[in-house]
Amino acid sequence: MKVLTPKGEQLELLTVNMGPSHPATHGTLRVFCALDGETIVASMCEMGYLHRGFEKMVEQGTYTMVLPYTDRLNYCSAMMNNIGFCKAVEKMFAVTVPERCVVLRVILCELSRIIDHLVCVGANLVDLGALTNFWYFFNPREAVYKIWEKLCGARLTNTVTRIGGFYRDTYPGFEDDVRAVLVQIEGAIKDVRGLIEHNKIFLDRTRDVCVVSKEDAISWGWTGPCLRASGVDHDIRKQEPYYGYDTYAWDTVIGTKGDTYDRIMIRIFEMLESISITRQALDRLKPGPINTNDARLTLPDRNRVYHDMEALINSFKLIYEGVRPPPGECYDATEAANGELGFFIVSDGGTNPYRIKARPPCLTQFAAFGPMTEGTMIADAFGTLGSINIIAGELDR
Amino acid sequence: MTFKPVPAPVAAEVSLGDAFITTRVDAFINWGRRNSLWPFPFGTACCAIEFMGVVSSVFDLSRFGSELVRFSPRQADLLIVAGTVTYKQAPVLKRIYEQMPEPKWVISAGACATSGGFYDCYCTVPGIDEIIPVDIYIAGCPPRPEAFIEALVQLQAKIDGEAGKEQKVVGV
Repeated sequence: MKVLTPKGEQLELLTVNMGPSHPATHGTLRVFCALDGETIVASMCEMGYLHRGFEKMVEQGTYTMVLPYTDRLNYCSAMMNNIGFCKAVEKMFAVTVPERCVVLRVILCELSRIIDHLVCVGANLVDLGALTNFWYFFNPREAVYKIWEKLCGARLTNTVTRIGGFYRDTYPGFEDDVRAVLVQIEGAIKDVRGLIEHNKIFLDRTRDVCVVSKEDAISWGWTGPCLRASGVDHDIRKQEPYYGYDTYAWDTVIGTKGDTYDRIMIRIFEMLESISITRQALDRLKPGPINTNDARLTLPDRNRVYHDMEALINSFKLIYEGVRPPPGECYDATEAANGELGFFIVSDGGTNPYRIKARPPCLTQFAAFGPMTEGTMIADAFGTLGSINIIAGELDR
Repeated sequence: MTFKPVPAPVAAEVSLGDAFITTRVDAFINWGRRNSLWPFPFGTACCAIEFMGVVSSVFDLSRFGSELVRFSPRQADLLIVAGTVTYKQAPVLKRIYEQMPEPKWVISAGACATSGGFYDCYCTVPGIDEIIPVDIYIAGCPPRPEAFIEALVQLQAKIDGEAGKEQKVVGV
């Protein structure tokens, strides 16, 4: 392809498709770029290869039936999506969940954040050619999966929460399992940091690569670790605290430059903060009810159902019709592993959601990918794509 | 330099001793194909994350000779479709299948690839067998890693029963 530069010089460019089936695009992204040698001169992103109609599908069922679909938004940390959606619906009902439920949700959220970052950093380092880290990170991830299996039976797509609480309480020995896995994660992080922190190849390939300034990051609408890597102190857990995040002792991790190195390192240090939060939450985990006692949301006790007409009707209505939020609109956001995961829900008072709009954190980051890679080498663009952690499930929905 | 003349073999195989194994050509070719399947993971969604678990240390697909994951269809003989295939993605999948050299096999991993899963929607393909032939289907959303391994073992058994000399031609 021949093009003219603004100065009038003629340039011979090579156009290349990265994706949609390319190992570094993690399945379903397409980047169309024009190369001058190995330097990307212009690049354009295309999405939609995994558009599964999330927003249309969820209108066809009850609010509880939305939960399995939320699992498959960001499938690396399914529980955070469950919790984010339940929190939004609970806000519509204006109910508060019991203390044990809140603390348990914090534990599950932070563990999910850790395993999401494990996959992100592990896969990103594979893209840069460092395979060992991936094995180091996947072993503790499997250990977390073992906890998930004991908790709810599923490894990846958990559907563990219910509106107003949980599917069921934890199993005996849950706390010990979590404490053991935290030690294992710390070990893996130590190993990987030892491998990469002073590794010249890693530093050369990530430092000063695809720098995104504070202003650009804000103007792109970035959230989460990528925004913090650019030096903006924004974390919904700190700025608009929910589930008592402001009562835990932890620090927001903030980068200085906004290059690929910062985006990777931020995730590694966030895992350490999450480990600290999880430990504090485990100390606070006291026995108690797991579900709210609001009859609009929670099934009555089985003993009462068999002996009490009111409870029988309540159980029948909840199972056959589902929950009915009051008419109105509601937006609620949580800090998911990638950034702000928001759900905008419109209810007409019926049992099916009238409209649900998911605000995925990936979308804004992928929108910036084209412009931010212009001027870099093609190999560095792959490293950058991993560092902004695009999950196609929540990008395309 | 002089060469010792090799004595001409006696007609009966028995006289060959322990140095030779005799087999049918079919069985020999199938043995080779079965134990060195090079998978192309066409991972689009959640099942691909589970496939990452299958190749990593805990489940270790390499025990079954199939760990050499190739991201070029021209170097692979096993297509593992893991994840939802949308109508936008379908032509890509078909093209990748066509680019793979014979002989080739396909594993459809998970509910979405097999039947569209619970995405009964305007945008998802109701099963990849609408566009390419499938040898083994795996149930689950996503399938457990053990199910992936079982599918591979079943595929190996299936390859054993094939006429190895003939090209495994599909749709010609």
